[in-house]
Amino acid sequence: MGVITDNWDLWVDATVGTLQIFFFGLIIALVLGFIVGAMRVSPIPIARWVGTAYVNLVRNTPLTLMFFVFAFAVPVVFEIRDLRLLGILAIGLYTATYVAETLRSGINTVPVGQAEAARAVGMSFTQVMGHIVLPQAARSVIPPMMSVIIAFLKNTTVAAGFSIMNLGSIRAYLSERGENAMVVLLWVALVFVVMVFALSGVQRYLEKKWRVAR
Amino acid sequence: MKRRFAAMAAAGAAAALVLTGCAGGGGGDNGDQPWTVAEDVTIEGSATFEAMQSAGQIVIGVKEDQPGLGYLDAATGERTGFDVDIARWMAAELGFGEDQIEFKAIPSANREQELVNGNIDMYVGTYSITDSRKEQIDFAGPYAITGQGLLVAADNDSINGPDDLAGTNVCSATGSTPIQNIRENYPEAKIQEFDTYSQCVAKIEDGSADAVTTDALILLGYAAQSPDTLKTVGDTFSEEIYGIGVPKGDDAFRDFLNTALEEGGETWTAIWDANLGETGVEGEQPAVDRY
Amino acid sequence: MSGGASVLYDVPGPKAIARNRILGGLVVVVVLAAFAFTIFRLADSGQFSAEKWEAFTYPFIWQNIGLALLRTLSAFVLSAVGALVLGFLLAVARLSTVRVLSIPATVVTEVLRAIPVLVLMMLLYYGFGSIGVPMSSFAAVVIALIAYNGSVLAEVFRAGVESLPKGQGEAGFAIGMTSRQVMNLILMPQAVRAMMPVIIAQLVVTLKDTALGFVITYNELLYYARYLMSQTTLGNPIIPSILIIGAIYIILCLLLSWLAHTVQKRTSRSVKVKVKVAAHHPGNPGGATDTQMMAAQDVGTDDQTGHSQAGG
Repeated sequence: MGVITDNWDLWVDATVGTLQIFFFGLIIALVLGFIVGAMRVSPIPIARWVGTAYVNLVRNTPLTLMFFVFAFAVPVVFEIRDLRLLGILAIGLYTATYVAETLRSGINTVPVGQAEAARAVGMSFTQVMGHIVLPQAARSVIPPMMSVIIAFLKNTTVAAGFSIMNLGSIRAYLSERGENAMVVLLWVALVFVVMVFALSGVQRYLEKKWRVAR
Repeated sequence: MKRRFAAMAAAGAAAALVLTGCAGGGGGDNGDQPWTVAEDVTIEGSATFEAMQSAGQIVIGVKEDQPGLGYLDAATGERTGFDVDIARWMAAELGFGEDQIEFKAIPSANREQELVNGNIDMYVGTYSITDSRKEQIDFAGPYAITGQGLLVAADNDSINGPDDLAGTNVCSATGSTPIQNIRENYPEAKIQEFDTYSQCVAKIEDGSADAVTTDALILLGYAAQSPDTLKTVGDTFSEEIYGIGVPKGDDAFRDFLNTALEEGGETWTAIWDANLGETGVEGEQPAVDRY
Repeated sequence: MSGGASVLYDVPGPKAIARNRILGGLVVVVVLAAFAFTIFRLADSGQFSAEKWEAFTYPFIWQNIGLALLRTLSAFVLSAVGALVLGFLLAVARLSTVRVLSIPATVVTEVLRAIPVLVLMMLLYYGFGSIGVPMSSFAAVVIALIAYNGSVLAEVFRAGVESLPKGQGEAGFAIGMTSRQVMNLILMPQAVRAMMPVIIAQLVVTLKDTALGFVITYNELLYYARYLMSQTTLGNPIIPSILIIGAIYIILCLLLSWLAHTVQKRTSRSVKVKVKVAAHHPGNPGGATDTQMMAAQDVGTDDQTGHSQAGG
C-alpha cells in the first residue's frame, strides 16, 4: 500500500489524466463516429466513399502512429501545441472509426423486412432511420458499443509515450522515486481490472435490460 | 505528392551515390584521426583484454541518437560524435583498428546489465559516474565533466538560466534526474517529458517547448548540429562526470585506459574540436580519478 | 456496397436526386477544403522540400526499413500463432465441465483481457527486470501480445461454440464420441469457421499492437520511424517518416485482411456460415452475457461487413 499512500499526489494526477482523456476523447469518438456511421449508410454515394476511406485508413493504422501524427506532425503543420488536446484528438479520431463500424453493424442487424415494410407504407429515408431502424438498432448496438468503450479506456495508456500524464506513465515517475516497477505496475493493472470490470457490469446490465426478442 | 516523390526518388538514387561518398567529416575513418592504432599491446592480468584478443575484436557499447556525442547516421550507417571517437581512440590504444570494433547501441537503462553479462567490453556514452553504479561495474576516467544545462531556440532571448524558467515549457527525458531537479527546485516551470531528447528538441523546433534540459554536453551536441536554430544558455547547475564503463574488478584494464587518457591530452583536445568545436565552447579534459 | 444499406432507401426520384446532389456536393466541398488546407499547410511549413524527403533516397535507409519490417513481422507471426494456441486452450478449458479447469481459465481470461497491453508489456519488461528476471524487449512484446490476444480469442472461440445448435454436440455424444472428440472434431471447427471474420480482425489488431513495442525499446518499424525523425543530419523528416511508415502499416493490415479472407473463401463455401454469424448477435438467447462483446472488443464488430470491404 505504501506505493499508493506515499505517492498519493501522483496517483491522483494520473487517474485524473486517464479520466480526462477518456471522457473528452469519448465525446469526440461518439459524435464523429455517429456522423461517419451515418455517412456510410447514407444514400449519397460520395458520402459513403468518404466514410469508407476514413474508416479503412484509420482502422489499419496503429494507435501509436496516430499519436505520432498528432504529437509531432500536427504541431508543425497546424500549429496546435497543447499536447493533452492533441492526444485527445488522436485517440478520439481513432476510436470514432470503431464507433462508426459498431453503429453500422447494428443497423445491419435490423431485419431487412423492417425497413422494407416502412418503405412500403411510404416513409422517407429519415423516417425509416428515425422511427424504425435506429430505435431497434440502438438495442443491439449498446453492448458492443460498451466493448468499444472498454477497449478505448485501456487504449488511453498509449498516451504515456507522449508526455500526457495518465496511469500508463506513472511507472516512469515512481521508479525515479525509488519504487519497485513490478509493484507499481501491478497496482496500475489492478486499477484497470477494477475499472474494466465495472464497465463490463454496466454492459451486462444493459444487455439484459434491452435484450431484443427476435 | 506521389508524383513528386517518384521523381525525387529517381533523382535521389543518383544523389545517394555522391552523398555517401562525401559524408564522414566528423572524425571518421578516412585516415586523419588524431590517434594511431598501437601494436603488440599486452595488459598483464586483464581477463577482459585476453577475451578481446582471442576474439580478435572489441565490442563497445554506445549511444546512437545523440548528435555530436554518439550518433548513427541513418543514411550512411556511419557513427560519429565525441563519445564514439573517445571509444575509437581507446580501442586504438588497445591495438584495435576501426574494422576490429563492433559498436552496439545500448539504451541508458540497460548499460550496467550488458557490462555485467559480458556482452560488451566497455561502454562510452554519456555515462555518469555514480556510487550506486560502481557497485555493479567500474569506471575508467572521467574523460569529461558536465552538468545540467539548458538548450533553447537560437532566437530566444528571454531564457538565460534556470531562474528564467518560471511559466515556460521545459522538456526532458521521462523520469530523468534533470527533470526531477527542475520539478523540485523550479516548480513554476511546466514540464514536458518524452523518452528521447530528440523528441524534446523537435518540440523546441515546432514551438511547443521553450527549453530542453539535461547534461550540457548532450545539449551542446544538438547545438553543434543545428547552430542556426539552437543554442545552449547559462552555466551548468549540477555536476555530472562521464566515465568509461568497464567490467567490475578488472583493475589492470581500467589502469590501462586511465593511463591512455592521461597521456593523450592532445588527442583528447583534437577529438573535442572535431566534434564539438563548432559550438565555440572550449573543452577541458578533467583529471583522471584512479580510485 | 453492403446489402444492409440499400434497403434503407428507395431508388431516388428527381427530387431526392437533386437533394442528394446538393448534400454530395457539400461533402465534396468540405473534404476538398480540408485536403487543400492540409496540403497548403504542409507546403507552407516546407514539408515538400527535397531536403525533408532526402532520407528516403538512400538505399541504406530502405534496407534498414526492411529489417525493421522483418522485426515487426516476426513479432506478429509469433504472437499470432501463440495467441491462437492460447486462445484455443483457454476456450476449451473454460467450456470444460471440469471445474478445476473452467474456473481458473475464466479468471485468467477475464483478468488478462482487462489489463491494457501496454501495461502488460511494461510489467514484463520493467517489472520482471526489477525483480531480477530480465526479459528482452522482443520476449516482452511477444508474451504480452500472446497473453492479451489469446484471452480475447478464447472468448471469440467460446462465443462461436456457444452459438452452435445444441444438437451438434449431442449428436456427437450419441454416436459415442468422447467430450474431447466432440470439441475437437465437431464444435471447434464450426466455431472457428463461424467466427473467422472476428478472428481476422483480431489478428489485424495484433499486428497493429506490435507497434506498442517501441515504448519498451523493441526496434520494430515504428521505433525506426522515430529514429529517422530524430535524424538532424537529414533535416528531422518527421512528416515524411510518418507518411511512409504509416503507408507500410496500412498496406500490411490490408494485405493481412485480404489474405485471410481469400483463405477463408477457399476453405468454406458453406451457406451455413453466414447463418451462424447472424445467429451470434446480442439478444440471441442462450449467448452468455459477455460473449457478444467479443465481436466488438477492439474489433469494432465488423463481423459481417467491415472487413469484407477492407479486404475487397
